[in-house]
Amino acid sequence: MKDYCLICHQEIKANFSWTTLFREEKAAKICGDCSDNFSPITGEICEICGRPFAFLEAEYKLEKRCNDCARWEEDEQWRGTLDQNRSLYRYTDFTKEVIAKFKFRGDYVLAEIFAEDVQLALQAFHYDYLVPIPLSGERLYERGFNQAEALIVTAGFEPTQLLSRVHSEKQSKKSRSERIHHPQVFEFTTDLQLNSKTILLVDDIYTTGSTLRQAAKILKRNGAAKVYSFTLAR
Amino acid sequence: MTKEETYLLPVDESSFTDRLSTDRSFPFHADMQKILFGKQLLLEELPFPLEEIRQHEQHGYLLFRKGIKRELLSCVRCGTTDASWFAEFPCARCGKVEFYCRKCLMMGRISECSQLVSWAGPDLNFRQIADPLQWSGKLSTGQQAASQQVAEAVENSAELLVWAVAGAGKTEVLFAGIAEALSTGKRICVATPRTDVVLELAPRLQKVFPDCKIAALYGGSEDRHEAAQLTIATTHQLLRFYRAFEVMIVDEVDAFPYSIDQTLQYAVEQARKPKSSLIYLTATPKKQWQQQCRLGKRAFITIPARYHRHPLPVPQFIWFGNWEKQLSKGKLPAISSKWAEARLAAGKQALIFAPKIAAMEKTLRILRRMDPSIESVHAEDPDRKAKVIKFRNKEIPILLTTTILERGVTIPNIDVAVIGAEDRIFTESALVQIAGRAGRSAEFPTGTVTFFHYGKTEAMLGARRQILMMNKEGRKKGLIDR
Ligand SMILES: [Zn+2]
Ligand SMILES: [Zn+2]
Ligand SMILES: [Zn+2]
Ligand SMILES: [Zn+2]
Repeated sequence: MKDYCLICHQEIKANFSWTTLFREEKAAKICGDCSDNFSPITGEICEICGRPFAFLEAEYKLEKRCNDCARWEEDEQWRGTLDQNRSLYRYTDFTKEVIAKFKFRGDYVLAEIFAEDVQLALQAFHYDYLVPIPLSGERLYERGFNQAEALIVTAGFEPTQLLSRVHSEKQSKKSRSERIHHPQVFEFTTDLQLNSKTILLVDDIYTTGSTLRQAAKILKRNGAAKVYSFTLAR
Repeated sequence: MTKEETYLLPVDESSFTDRLSTDRSFPFHADMQKILFGKQLLLEELPFPLEEIRQHEQHGYLLFRKGIKRELLSCVRCGTTDASWFAEFPCARCGKVEFYCRKCLMMGRISECSQLVSWAGPDLNFRQIADPLQWSGKLSTGQQAASQQVAEAVENSAELLVWAVAGAGKTEVLFAGIAEALSTGKRICVATPRTDVVLELAPRLQKVFPDCKIAALYGGSEDRHEAAQLTIATTHQLLRFYRAFEVMIVDEVDAFPYSIDQTLQYAVEQARKPKSSLIYLTATPKKQWQQQCRLGKRAFITIPARYHRHPLPVPQFIWFGNWEKQLSKGKLPAISSKWAEARLAAGKQALIFAPKIAAMEKTLRILRRMDPSIESVHAEDPDRKAKVIKFRNKEIPILLTTTILERGVTIPNIDVAVIGAEDRIFTESALVQIAGRAGRSAEFPTGTVTFFHYGKTEAMLGARRQILMMNKEGRKKGLIDR
């Protein structure tokens, strides 16, 4: 059977060379052209959020941290909430397009493109529970699947559901100031005891880091010792 | 819509006709008729409450069809049966692991629990517009003959192929046929593979048919729910229609690869009414159709000459060796570099076609040593529009491309070359289209067409044959002056 690139649907031609001959070759999911379009995050990064420094002007970082993280850590309310985030690729236009097709268009199979890289990345963490960032019931129905969960499952791991989205009705019952100062997005919905456990959160992208910190906060409040996160892109 | 509200009705097509004859007294929602008549939309695309949809269905006013057939895995919306276009996923809606179609994903994901909804109530009737055509232009002799046949095909719900060379002026040939349809209350669709053609055609037709409501449909357009009497749509958008049109006009189909062609044929059959006319417009019909024309098995009419009455430029073949190997060494075969140098020296603009983006970029790097203002453009290039405008304004002396540029792009005075004309991507029809870019304007009716190749192909020979044949026919019919 022929293999087609999951992104451009070109036929993938077997690429025999001396190096591949001696290595166990897995069926490629995308073609060389598409594969070259991803920009893996390498080199120096922010010790907290994993942002690559190579593309950051000097004034946007403070020693080993990016300014955004420095600001999060200055805020008493958020200090130390998220212990560390790591991401695989830079959020370039190409990556953005692929991720949009994956989650908004609902092209589930695209998770396979990342499976191998995600597997390696997750293995690098020490954790007790692997937790996908949840979607609201409405979003989940709309998309048909949770993209973070799809990444976990496709990479061959078992997700644990510890959180759910707070219903927007519940949100609106709160006073305005309550909503602004404590914008509770998630709630803890499990009987599991988290005493001193380490959690690894998974999401597709790290944008402001706010969603992941919201989730981390709830988890720590419920006993988690450490909360790490992994995203596909940032 | 939440999960609890999921409304999945296992209705099959066979019950469709039975339920058509039932009770017609139900006070149906006129907007629903407007949006769903002649359509096949996903349940989640409908802007109505589920309860209302349910009521209409129960009274036989809606038809539900399963989006994916599992027995012989196929997509009911786009007709795909090629297994490589299907993938599986665990569906949160129905809780099952099911197939979805990736071919038409951009129209909203369709999976096994998806329902395509169509109107099954009373027909939406369209107006009979008296004297709809407001146009004072004049048709050429060749156009006139074709125009008359199109109008007859529309009147008789017949099929017709209009084989018009690039530059013949085929849009005007449709005017009489569209006018005939509008004056008898028929619904018309002009389908084309490209968005730019939709954007160009819609205002042009609106101008000559001022009293007719026109919907322009393309990815991201806003007229999506318009029930217009004249619809101009990309072939992709046709996938949202089901038994809608009495007149179906399909434009420029043959420059596209086989896989798109298959989906297109399916979409056309789904979108037209069982009794309808079907008119194909093309500069270069595929082999099989040409043969049917010759054998008298397909109704067709040719417009073998351009509006300006000059013959089509005939491509010249030049063997230029293993050009890919040369390219990998950062060189271009001497004969093709000379070709480019000569154009630059003479100040004559040129369009160079390459089979692949990588080859094009390598060629660009080499040519830029001669003139840094040389540019390249490909189908997904974000700067595509700007570059085309610059080329038209003569700010770019040579433009390299992997794609046939917009139909509106008729650069008056250019030479055309293909590098690696033997590549599979250059089918006979693609090569005819490419050659058709030269000598378009009446002011500069000539221009050279050169195919640089590493071995002649059947497609190249076929393209040249087609062009020579058209010129011969044009002369015979007195449509060419020299
Ligand atoms: Zn690819
Ligand atoms: Zn940071
Ligand atoms: Zn499909
Ligand atoms: Zn389902």
